[in-house]
Amino acid sequence: MCLGIPSKIVSVDEIHQTGQADHLGTRVMVNLALLDEARVGEWVIIHAGFAISKLNDQEAKETLDLLRQIAAHE
Amino acid sequence: MNKKGAAAGPGPYRDKKTIAALLRVVEERRRAAGGPSCRIMEVCGTHTMTIHRYGLKKMLQDVGVGLVAGPGCPVCITPNDIHEAAIRLVTERENLLLAAFGDMTRVPTKIGSLQKSAAARGSRIQIVYSPAESLESARRNPDKEVVFFGAGFETTVPAIALTAAKALEDGIVNYSVLSAFWVIPPPLRAILESGRSRIDGFLYPGHVSAIIGPQAYDFVAEEFRRPGAIAGFEPADILLAIISILEQIAAGRPQVANEYTRVVSPDGNPTARAVLDRILEPKDAVWRGLGRISKSGLAFRPAFAAADAEKKFGLKLGSTDTELPGCRCGDVLKGLIEPPQCRLYGRVCTPEKPQGPCMVSFEGSCLAFHKYGTPS
Amino acid sequence: MSGKISLDLGGGGKAMRDFIAGRILPAFKNPLLSPLLDASHLPEGIAFTTDSYVVDPPVFPGGDIGKLAVNGTVNDLVVSGADPRYLSLGLILEEGLEWSLLDRILKSIRTAAAGARVRIVTGDTKVVRRGQGDKIYINTSGIGGIIASPSPALIRPGDAVIVTGPVGDHSLAILIARGDYGFQSAIKSDCAPLNGLLPFWKRGVRWMRDITRGGLATVLTELAGEIPYPILLEEDEVPVSAPVRGASEILGIDPLYLACEGRAVLIVPEAGTEAILRRLRTLPLGRKARIAGRVQTGIGRPGELILRTSAGGLRLLEPLTSELLPRIC
Repeated sequence: MCLGIPSKIVSVDEIHQTGQADHLGTRVMVNLALLDEARVGEWVIIHAGFAISKLNDQEAKETLDLLRQIAAHE
Repeated sequence: MNKKGAAAGPGPYRDKKTIAALLRVVEERRRAAGGPSCRIMEVCGTHTMTIHRYGLKKMLQDVGVGLVAGPGCPVCITPNDIHEAAIRLVTERENLLLAAFGDMTRVPTKIGSLQKSAAARGSRIQIVYSPAESLESARRNPDKEVVFFGAGFETTVPAIALTAAKALEDGIVNYSVLSAFWVIPPPLRAILESGRSRIDGFLYPGHVSAIIGPQAYDFVAEEFRRPGAIAGFEPADILLAIISILEQIAAGRPQVANEYTRVVSPDGNPTARAVLDRILEPKDAVWRGLGRISKSGLAFRPAFAAADAEKKFGLKLGSTDTELPGCRCGDVLKGLIEPPQCRLYGRVCTPEKPQGPCMVSFEGSCLAFHKYGTPS
Repeated sequence: MSGKISLDLGGGGKAMRDFIAGRILPAFKNPLLSPLLDASHLPEGIAFTTDSYVVDPPVFPGGDIGKLAVNGTVNDLVVSGADPRYLSLGLILEEGLEWSLLDRILKSIRTAAAGARVRIVTGDTKVVRRGQGDKIYINTSGIGGIIASPSPALIRPGDAVIVTGPVGDHSLAILIARGDYGFQSAIKSDCAPLNGLLPFWKRGVRWMRDITRGGLATVLTELAGEIPYPILLEEDEVPVSAPVRGASEILGIDPLYLACEGRAVLIVPEAGTEAILRRLRTLPLGRKARIAGRVQTGIGRPGELILRTSAGGLRLLEPLTSELLPRIC
């Protein structure tokens, strides 16, 4: 029900709580008001033009490691 | 690809080798879980989409895991009277701009669909990617009424609510929202309480959970003893969550596992929930196919009534007698039947001439089934 | 069916094919029209085609409506086995159109015609009242000399499906240039003449089609419907650039349904595949060509287009059924 795309924040307008984010070379306007704070360089999930969550690097790495392990083991 | 890029991009999340390895684990855990097969409901329409898009449904069937689509498609569960109200607004009122997400414009009703409606003089339909675009249209067209047909679950609603509040704050009086706001836990309870559909576990929506947090589903594990796991939207995410569900079944310990930890934090998104709470309040709502469910919808609080199109235009909503004859969308949404079991499916109801919303939405089960059929 | 034309009809999908089969063919039935090729092969040894161009905005990254109007018609001739020679040019202009825009478009028509080695030999101009058209519409008809007689009947199991370059750039360049969703991207239209493919007719290519509206999936489902074998397409082997993949993911659109204006799909005999691919890759238009699938037996049913997804699952591909709309929920 909710397409969400991982994108990297490339600019932030703190006054308007908006910014620009990049996904594989496409830049979209993103509203950041649903996050406590957002900094340039952070990864977020964008849904309908709003960042709804930050991507947790550590957790992402652990999931990837797990997938690689499973693929290697089998 | 840099380190972070790899973390965000597909990579092993959808490559053949990883998926094949994960499927072998699924098969193993399925056997350990006992019984001939296992039936899991994917609650979220975007999961339905991924499952069909990558051909996972058949792959999972082959290892004894059946998937059944749930109620998580806003286009599908929004009852016809709201769709019809949107059509009436733009066909009967002059100088009105009706903004909507793409899918919403194709839903067939007794009075046609938005996409095929002839707008009144000076009126038009605008397809948007973000509700923010509709507010921008209101700023640029002060002589027009702009109504955003806002349908969605907890993921989408904060964005719409915030946009409506912003319009009021900025004194943009020609902006309002025709709301079809839904929350996901109550229909899960309704489906479980009805007991009509065998469901061994739930694949919980990743992005709704990013807002409401895992604890929102605790009742499913505690009261109904059904396992479940929150899943992301890549094929590997879905398989990891299914493995977790099968392990819970085998251990006899249902819980709410989080297999999308890179996005869903243990407390969800409290900031977004505060936005919802500030602007909206729970209401009883009618779902297509599921009927009236207590506290399953959200409505604008009185302080935000000026942004409520229903009040602004005196719309009469709430009728349930708007289903199309023969359409079994409701039973599909409850997981009672698979799309081909509906007599309209594939005969009179096709993607080119959809009869019901499940054939319209890109995440609707019927369209997903039709579009992403499995080769014989 | 409701009483009015909807946009679906012109979208290059099923609605348009039904319209042609239901209304155009019965009305004008004759043996030259009926095969519904991109260009008709006339008994005089020439191929003849026509196409109308309406594009919003008229100027977009990688080209404009003028370049498109030349290359589109040229490509229809090339893929139907004809060497393009002459074009007509019909302009429909909206009152109030800027001279500077018209001059720019005429200039790119001249450049494109030179690039595709065709001459504009006849033309017409009409002006419609403000509001009765959208800036500029162009129609071009083209004539070429027949050099090959491609037919789906030549296709055999084992034949390779070659895609000449990354797909989807044109559609997304236009969509983003329209500015509706506030996206920015470096994606440019791939609009280009395909004359470079002409020598390949002599190298045994059995069938070609330019990948326009409806995208690769629609082109190949139509072909699959005309042959007694299924076609298997490998999702991982279809060339798609990272920016196109990214923009498609944001919009929830499948790149297999996006239009190109300078790409073709070739059906090539199994034995000659590697040689053709190597030679294609020496051309600028074929540098990123790939074998993206095979005509099959032993999987699916005749007439089906089957995709092996990047995850390894199989699914049927259908022709584009409605206008591509961004999917948000």
